[in-house]
Amino acid sequence: MEDEIKLKEFQQKIDANIKIEPKDWMPEKYRQTLIRQISQHAHSEIIGMQPEGNWLTRAPSLRSKKILMAKIQDEAGHGLYLYCAAETLGVKREQFLQWLHEGKAKYSSVFNYPTLTWADMGAVGWLVDGAAIVNQVSLQGTSYGPYARAMVKICMEESFHQRQGFEIMVELAKGTKEQKQMAQDALNRWWWPSVMMFGPHDSESAHSNQSLKWKIKRASNDELRQSYIDKTIEQGHHLGLTFPDPNLKFNETTKHYDYSPIDWDEFWNVVKGNGAGNKLRLKHHIKAHEDGKWVREAAKSYAQKQNLIRKSA
Amino acid sequence: MDNDDQGILWEVFIQVKAGRPYKHIGSLHAYDKVMAMQSARDLYTRRSEGNGIWIVKADDIVSSESRDGEAFFDPSNDKVYRHPTFYKIPDGVKHI
Amino acid sequence: MRNELIDYCLRIGDSSLILSHRIAEYCSKAPLLEEDLAITNVGLDLLGQAENFLTYAAEIKGNTNADNLTFKRREQDFRCLHLVQTPNTDFAFILARQFLIDVYHKLLFSKLVKSEDLTISGISKKAIKEINYHFQRSSDWIKRLGLGTEESNKRLQNAINVLWMYTDELFIDNETDLIMSKNNIGPLSSSLKIEWTKIVNSALNSSEITTPESDVYSLRYGKDGFHTEYLGYILAEMQHLPLLYPDAKW
Repeated sequence: MEDEIKLKEFQQKIDANIKIEPKDWMPEKYRQTLIRQISQHAHSEIIGMQPEGNWLTRAPSLRSKKILMAKIQDEAGHGLYLYCAAETLGVKREQFLQWLHEGKAKYSSVFNYPTLTWADMGAVGWLVDGAAIVNQVSLQGTSYGPYARAMVKICMEESFHQRQGFEIMVELAKGTKEQKQMAQDALNRWWWPSVMMFGPHDSESAHSNQSLKWKIKRASNDELRQSYIDKTIEQGHHLGLTFPDPNLKFNETTKHYDYSPIDWDEFWNVVKGNGAGNKLRLKHHIKAHEDGKWVREAAKSYAQKQNLIRKSA
Repeated sequence: MDNDDQGILWEVFIQVKAGRPYKHIGSLHAYDKVMAMQSARDLYTRRSEGNGIWIVKADDIVSSESRDGEAFFDPSNDKVYRHPTFYKIPDGVKHI
Repeated sequence: MRNELIDYCLRIGDSSLILSHRIAEYCSKAPLLEEDLAITNVGLDLLGQAENFLTYAAEIKGNTNADNLTFKRREQDFRCLHLVQTPNTDFAFILARQFLIDVYHKLLFSKLVKSEDLTISGISKKAIKEINYHFQRSSDWIKRLGLGTEESNKRLQNAINVLWMYTDELFIDNETDLIMSKNNIGPLSSSLKIEWTKIVNSALNSSEITTPESDVYSLRYGKDGFHTEYLGYILAEMQHLPLLYPDAKW
């Protein structure tokens, strides 16, 4: 009975665009959805450091090395903001990491694809970060306060990431024949994975409606996807590169780009763990975690000893 | 699983310019206050967003009741977050 | 004088460049997320310092730039110290290496800010702020690891034992040092030894780490273009793309 009243009041808050804060009453399902969504968003940022870290030591200019290093650092920072936002819901970071390592939590499967050339640094920044920006800008209006605030901070930093990627694509596209081929090849490989980042079509997305009602999501998967595609095609034209989709065409009626049906088989395969990099990404993360255990213990032990010294002083 | 393996949770407050109030900017994990302060600087002032930093252990923050503020739900809870407990991911909740 | 000045800038620039590269290798492998960020920050600072010195060296040399020096020079033309070439064996090695360099940089740059070469003093005034922070950070980790647990102490002791032999290079004067000192551009490397030893010994001993016996392990040093076997592999990775595509601009 009380729950029904609480639920009504909760929905009223949502409808009035009042943010929900950690200590406010919230439906259990709302909390569970956010625990999952925010922590998986955090995991994505952290795992995302790996495909880019893969080219950091081979960055071919001082400027691009500096920028890539700063970008990867930002991603660590974004993961941090998101873990902290997720923790406000009552779960500790250790638990999130454990779920990740046990395969119970997911991260954006786009990061399971390997980065095979320097041009991938351009494509990932331009396309993958570009898609992330569309999603994150929308999430700035999410109903849960800490998540929204994290999104605002992340959005401010993210636009540099996309520009970094696009700058690399520009350099390559106007460079030597090999460079141009490298850029086209990277675009060919990253286009569809970036389009699939927005998740299944609205018609297949079972829980979307509730998320929209509670304003966890502020726009549907397809809306965001279309917005991303429209923006990106125009950017691609500047580069003089082609997109790996023969059916890409501007529709004069809808004023949007039409595109080929998405190959969902590949998507689900990668989500389930059969992508080229799945096992490697998780293994890398687990190894870093286990290798570092003695360091964390040392830091903890030292802090405890310092506390004892202070107390007895 | 070790509860404190990731260190303690700290809240970070930044003063953007001299004379301005300190504003809550986010949190981080660290084992001691020296590390927490350095992490706060590394994490939250990379783009020169800060003139001053305060760090406080999340546990030490005393917060008011929420606006819903009913004794029914959170009797003497003065922690800024809910008490950490461990939740199972419910079956059937698919990725969004 | 001109050649020695170039050589001096290369030594400082190359050392920061290679150390920054080692840090870049460690990206996404740190024990704690906050630490990954912090270490990368140090790497970024070092890369900036490297770029400044290499740009200056390129200016003096003429007809070249910092990127050419970084990506197209032969191994024997690099002037980085051996210590920065050592691998990221584990976190203790990374922090020990960083600490030993940070003390050295702190002392070196506190002299360079007063250099009669205005470019060097300008670069150094900016760098010294970053270096002071690096020194604080690595000093704190020496304490944490030395005094933390038995295991961390053992690992740190091992790292210090292995890395110690590379430190004698820090204080050897070659022709470049003599000319730089004579012209009040930089201090004699040997002049930094006493203070360095004092700071390092104090930090190590108060962290329950014994200072190894001093050792002269090499007759030929990185500052003279004779390197460890590590450098070849570092450069193979770092220079790979520009060498593979010599006509390309990046």
